[in-house]
Amino acid sequence: MSRIDVKKTYKLYINGAFPRSESGRVYEVTNAKGAFIANPALASRKDLRDSVVAARGAFGKWSGSTAYLRGQIIYRIAEMLEGRREQFEAELKSTGDKTKITEAIDLIVWYAGWTDKLAALDGVTNPVSGPFYNFTTPEAMGVVGVVSKPTFLEFIDSLMAVIASGNTTVIVAPGALAIPAMSFAEVLATSDVPAGVINILTGKVDELAPWLASHMDIDGIDITGVKKQGELKVAAAENLKRVHSFTKLKNPARILAFMEAKTVWHTVGI
Amino acid sequence: MTFEYAPAPESKSVVKIEKEYGHFINGKFVKGKKHFATINPATEEVLSQIANGDKGDIDKAVQAAQVAYTKVWSKLSGAERGKYLYRIARILQERAREFAVLETMDNGKPIRETRDIDIPLVSAHFFYHAGWADKLDYVGVGSSPKAHGVVGQIIPWNFPLLMLAWKVAPALAAGNTVVLKPAETTPLTALLFAQVCQQAELPAGVVNIVTGAGETGAALVNHPGVSKIAFTGSTEVGKSIARAIADTKKVATLELGGKGANIVFEDAAIDQAVEGIVNGIFFNQGHVCCAGSRLLVQENIADEVIKKLQRRMEKIRLGDPLDKNTDIGAINSKAQLEKIKELAASGSAEGGEVWSPACELPKNGFWFAPTIFTGVTQAHRIAREEIFGPVLSVLTFRTPQEAIEKANNTPFGLSAGIWSEKGSKVLWTAQQLRAGVIWANTFNKFDPASPFGGYKESGWGREGGRHGLAAYLKAVK
Repeated sequence: MSRIDVKKTYKLYINGAFPRSESGRVYEVTNAKGAFIANPALASRKDLRDSVVAARGAFGKWSGSTAYLRGQIIYRIAEMLEGRREQFEAELKSTGDKTKITEAIDLIVWYAGWTDKLAALDGVTNPVSGPFYNFTTPEAMGVVGVVSKPTFLEFIDSLMAVIASGNTTVIVAPGALAIPAMSFAEVLATSDVPAGVINILTGKVDELAPWLASHMDIDGIDITGVKKQGELKVAAAENLKRVHSFTKLKNPARILAFMEAKTVWHTVGI
Repeated sequence: MTFEYAPAPESKSVVKIEKEYGHFINGKFVKGKKHFATINPATEEVLSQIANGDKGDIDKAVQAAQVAYTKVWSKLSGAERGKYLYRIARILQERAREFAVLETMDNGKPIRETRDIDIPLVSAHFFYHAGWADKLDYVGVGSSPKAHGVVGQIIPWNFPLLMLAWKVAPALAAGNTVVLKPAETTPLTALLFAQVCQQAELPAGVVNIVTGAGETGAALVNHPGVSKIAFTGSTEVGKSIARAIADTKKVATLELGGKGANIVFEDAAIDQAVEGIVNGIFFNQGHVCCAGSRLLVQENIADEVIKKLQRRMEKIRLGDPLDKNTDIGAINSKAQLEKIKELAASGSAEGGEVWSPACELPKNGFWFAPTIFTGVTQAHRIAREEIFGPVLSVLTFRTPQEAIEKANNTPFGLSAGIWSEKGSKVLWTAQQLRAGVIWANTFNKFDPASPFGGYKESGWGREGGRHGLAAYLKAVK
């Protein structure tokens, strides 16, 4: 008699822990032939709010850490993912996701290298007409909500673009994306990413995206994965969230879109 | 000791105001249908009748801008566009005195400020952006970036011509054409700017100016021919614009309200800090979105700072804005004066202790004496809401961490000030503050090369510098 597999329970990833949805809800994910894969958690508004609290709490330390350290931690994610290539290949295949895991790993390495070059890319000293030293530097925006397109590569691209600069995030992994996304949460948990920097909610975009858009402690949203954006933008206007969606992968504009330019003047004199 | 100064009024003879103005559409002044008065807020004298633009006027202006964009402006080389902007900058310099006097009459701000700050910065903005027009590949949005097309621009009354320059100069440099709506109470310098465009032989339709109030602005925002909105004004209206364009392809930059913290540490140079506090809140009657309207002073020096501040405030001269010795001019409108009075009353009602120097207010016009509130807590309305007047709320703190907590405890994030003689503390504080513009050992400084704009509910995007210009361009897909 062959051995019975030990199967994984899919839960959420909030504040570095793996809780079930407080709503107690799950949904079924099957493969292309209709065979059962898992019952991921169907995240609720309350789960989203808990995630925002975790993300806000993690923001000061993550954005305040050196760019070098953030780069090393993101590189560490790539290292951990590399070691689990076979698992991800199997999961992506079973869920019909065309992402090549090697491409996702290389993309993470690409983002790891950006953390300490953003100021060179978008910072500047300004030659103002007066005795002042004046410089503009990009810095992290805060808590950013993400709904990516539902492939693992898009998920990784939007996620890394947001956290590389020092933002913390609540990201939605809908439908079957839940399977590789929650395995990726295990990668994060062993990569020295501080708790709360990345929070992953599985479930439905239609249910979660409006709460992301209207939450008053979220500073920006990437809604690349949402087709009808009008209502979300109306909701986001209440605290003037920065709302973006993108067409190109692997584009530093995606990082800069969720950064704020800070300009500092200081007098020059003796 | 009191200083007596003889009146030193600037002559009005340099300015010629028409009895009535139309809109500036397609290079010509077009007669309006209905009109409203624009007044001198220091005297309540009617200066002129201004056309009240409706949907039809906006439509004509947008059409003119569309034609000018397709047929003329987008076909010019960047170098040629730049030369028009250089011309405009030079004419503005030549006519600087005329603009300064007219701005002071229509707005109420002191001639000292319009003459030395507003108008010189206006020409500087055009000169700066003129040089960008043929260098757009280096703005940072990719090579051969594209203009948006027609840009709808809505500007406030606090720096009327300066806000026009902040909007129009980068828009034209990037290759857009413009429909601009000046503020209802301060349209005159924008209309005089239209004459500058004529003198510079700027192609017809590249700049169009439609005067009016909120409805005129809404018509501009909602016009389908407009590709981008640039707005400076209240956070409330900014949010309504964000909602209005939510289901369109329009993009927007929004420069909105603020409640800037001006932090004075115990190791600050106190006399300089006091000057900075005065400049931070009483510059332009406090009608400044980035004003240092919350003074956060370290507890152990609070008494000394407040005493020196009061002594300094007793020397502030309030009165005729055209007088060259005037520090504080008139409040821009009756409505704004009422708003300031209402918020100041709430400050007293909620337990703040109010103080103003002995200060005689002129009989006519709209005036508010420079005022400080001590004993203010973070819960008070005057510590949370933008007053947009010469009213300072004073709070204290014990540790740098507490100062940061209090400074960042606001939905706004436009500006902040830091006063300390210790470099490492200044830079640490600048890092911690969640605001787009930080002045260290100075306040309320502006320059076309320096990006300006806020975090959080203070708006979207920046104006000025490479960052500001980028908002008027889009990457080629």
